[in-house]
Amino acid sequence: MQQTPQNPPAAITPQPVRSGIDVVVNGEPFRHTGEPELPLIWYLRDVLRLTGCKYGCDDASCGACSVLVDGKLKLACTLTMQSLAGRRITTIEGLAGAHGELHPVQQAWIEEDAILCGYCQPGQIMAAVDLLTRKPHPSDKDIDGIGNLCRCGSYPRIRSAIKRASKVMRDKPR
Amino acid sequence: MTSAHDASRRRFLQVLGGAGGALIVGLPAFAWNPDELLGQNPVRLNPYVRIEPDGTTVIGSRDPEVGQGIRTAEARILAEALDADWDKVIVEPLDLGVTTVGGEPHWTLGHQMAAGSTSIPAAWNDLPAVGAAARELLVRAAAERWKTTSANLRTSRGVVIAADGRRLGYGGLAQAASKLKPAATRPRPKLPSEYVLIGQDAGDVDARDIVTGTQHFAIDEWLGDVLVAVITRCPYPGGRLARFDYAAASKLKGVEKVLTIPPPDPSRPPGTQPLTAGVAVLATDTWTALQGIAALEVEWQMEPHAAEGDAALAEAAAHALAGEPTTVVRTDGDFTATFEHAPRKFKAEYRIATVAHADLEPPSALVKIDHQHALVIAPVQNPRATFETVRRLTGLAPDKIEVRLPRAGGGFGRFLESDYVAEAVMLAKAVGKPIKLMWTRKDAFTHDLYRPFSVHAMQACADRHGALTGWSHRIASTSRLQEHEPRARWWLSEMHPDDLPAGLIDNLQYAWYALDSALPRGSYRASSHAVNAFATECFIDEVAHALKRDSLEFRLALLGESRQLPYRGHGGPVLDIGRLAWVLRLAADAIGWNQPHPHGHGFGLACHFTFGGYVAHAMEVSMEGRRLVIHKAVCAADLGRVVNPLGARAALMGATLDGLSTALRQRISLDKQGRIAQHGFEDYPLATMAQAPHAVEVILVPSEESPTGAFAMGFPSAAPALANAIFAGTTVRIHQMPIWPELMRLL
Repeated sequence: MQQTPQNPPAAITPQPVRSGIDVVVNGEPFRHTGEPELPLIWYLRDVLRLTGCKYGCDDASCGACSVLVDGKLKLACTLTMQSLAGRRITTIEGLAGAHGELHPVQQAWIEEDAILCGYCQPGQIMAAVDLLTRKPHPSDKDIDGIGNLCRCGSYPRIRSAIKRASKVMRDKPR
Repeated sequence: MTSAHDASRRRFLQVLGGAGGALIVGLPAFAWNPDELLGQNPVRLNPYVRIEPDGTTVIGSRDPEVGQGIRTAEARILAEALDADWDKVIVEPLDLGVTTVGGEPHWTLGHQMAAGSTSIPAAWNDLPAVGAAARELLVRAAAERWKTTSANLRTSRGVVIAADGRRLGYGGLAQAASKLKPAATRPRPKLPSEYVLIGQDAGDVDARDIVTGTQHFAIDEWLGDVLVAVITRCPYPGGRLARFDYAAASKLKGVEKVLTIPPPDPSRPPGTQPLTAGVAVLATDTWTALQGIAALEVEWQMEPHAAEGDAALAEAAAHALAGEPTTVVRTDGDFTATFEHAPRKFKAEYRIATVAHADLEPPSALVKIDHQHALVIAPVQNPRATFETVRRLTGLAPDKIEVRLPRAGGGFGRFLESDYVAEAVMLAKAVGKPIKLMWTRKDAFTHDLYRPFSVHAMQACADRHGALTGWSHRIASTSRLQEHEPRARWWLSEMHPDDLPAGLIDNLQYAWYALDSALPRGSYRASSHAVNAFATECFIDEVAHALKRDSLEFRLALLGESRQLPYRGHGGPVLDIGRLAWVLRLAADAIGWNQPHPHGHGFGLACHFTFGGYVAHAMEVSMEGRRLVIHKAVCAADLGRVVNPLGARAALMGATLDGLSTALRQRISLDKQGRIAQHGFEDYPLATMAQAPHAVEVILVPSEESPTGAFAMGFPSAAPALANAIFAGTTVRIHQMPIWPELMRLL
């Protein structure tokens, strides 16, 4: 954000540094000064208002809150802020490029119209990004390993979208 | 795209001019005030259409989007009549349209509900006139500018074109068009041969927002100064709060208040008030509220009339079915006498478990009440019912209640109810601050309005030649209308008198038997079609097998020649036998019914008429050890003219998979204390990617008939086709939903 230049103050009173947990979310540094036990899902949703990370269950069974931590797929409901000091977190909002250019997985989702209600899709996309990072050419069995739940039944289109993204990423590496 | 979108959103509420295209089509007039004509840029031509100088066309979508694709389909219907350039269309959800007339609500936007696949027929009925009215104004504005008549002009993709080839974009004409009076006569509707958007594929209009995580569902909304509320609710249906201690909870930093929610008023229908008594913790954020709930000490008192488990209900059903029916739904000929003397007789009983809605987005409600005004943002399928709940609880004038219609993370009937909105309104009133009520997954499973348990007693008989001469379908179930309606009408949510095979067999009886239950019941995808089609379509398969007839040939013979039968329920007035037989043939052909079947693979068929749509399913399955593999799933559908084939395919594919998922493993049961035993997806397994077939082959029958919608239609016949395929592959006949536990027991 641009700020207007300001004249330096005549005197500076040193303030104690607020201690907290430093994390990087979608490339931006943040310091969490609240409860260290706060689960990441509520930090993202209630504090940063990154609501693409969805709430869907209480027992890590649905995958709607999937995010990447240091590039690895994690469920934001299972992580506390204190376990994340110094970590880099990527949410669905941080997947596109700086100028809004979509990640090939996001683009594939649009092209296959893998939407239906759309509530689980941010989590599905994060799981797909993780899969394609680990396995650039996933087999159907690899895709079966994605356990994110969809009540609407979008699975066949998700499968097609992952295959489409895999092909695009192979032809045109980012 | 995004910045234009945001700018449009900001300006959407400004009323900047207009002419009520809605007047022409008999929709109530949009209240606009010439004093508000600011002379600025975006021009609202009618309640649904707003055009910006660069031609950006904002189309308002009135029905709640719950994943059925209505925002896209509705906008395509309107854009077609407007001759809009789809690349320049932005679709925005409209709020519930309501004004006050004589102190009572007056609805201004026509149909606003996501239920029974009714949005598309309603939109098809009135939105083309709205689009055409706006188009007519734009053409007339161009005619005035060019000093010619409208008859000499045509339109294409957002441009008015003169006979000599001159062109004017809608963006440049909108201001002038908004000052014209709407035409006195209804503009000529487009001919199907002139369609450029209807019948062509369109991706979901919200797709970009969804894949970037910027689509806000109700649960993602936030207001300044809001308190997050989480409620612990009485686990016993009809139970009460015995004692509670909130000392520990209120000591937590960030917990602002602990409030009790009174038990429901038994004289009022469930779904319009909180489902149970509860204790709410109000805090600055969700996690603090959840911790507050965990720190509460609460004791609940069971009601003497505790809820029954499905086992107890099955016993009650057996007792009820041995007696007189509550309602004789249909009688043709004399079934009893025919059955008694028939040479071939068949009997079976199907039992269908209670199920929950399990939408991925749990209920939530953001409610702000101040200055004699209420704002409600919640997942809603029936905004008028939500509105009535808010109105009753606040006493506000109708035009002071603002109900937004955010995209909902599923619906399936759960969000037809407004119990969760009532909770949030009560809390917001009590604390005088905006409330964001959050339901946990456990809350959603343990406090639902469930699809009722039912038992289906089936009987049939055939003559010497194997032709069916008698059919009896008797249902014992816990009607969801029990709390709303007199006893004589309870059957209406449970059975359709004209469902097949009525009209195909001379001696037929349909009867319904009331069971009592303390569990709240509600609407569910495709309503009772989903369970009744399971019993009917499985039993037909069973009878065909007993008569040593091929199931397809037997069904086609039963359907007989193409003709129309009267159909009194939703989807009528007629049921076209030929259309149903055709989708059945298509599905059978696509699965390779008459080809050699791979060894160990079972093929199954089923078809059903739901809400005016004709759908057949065909499945190919096999058992690999104790794993059920669905090799192929076909869904053939005749839904009349299809507005957006890509969206209709999604709806049918989704309904097929949801039908399979629900049928295979889903069941709500009670523990020994009479509490709902399922707390999460671990206890209530939805099908996963690995369990779903890799593809659903969807076949859409080209049709000139009026469109019907698609969301409910693909659901009912999926489960019986699967059960019939399982029988063909394993010789295990499934008489229960959920199918999986029964299959494992019998294999």
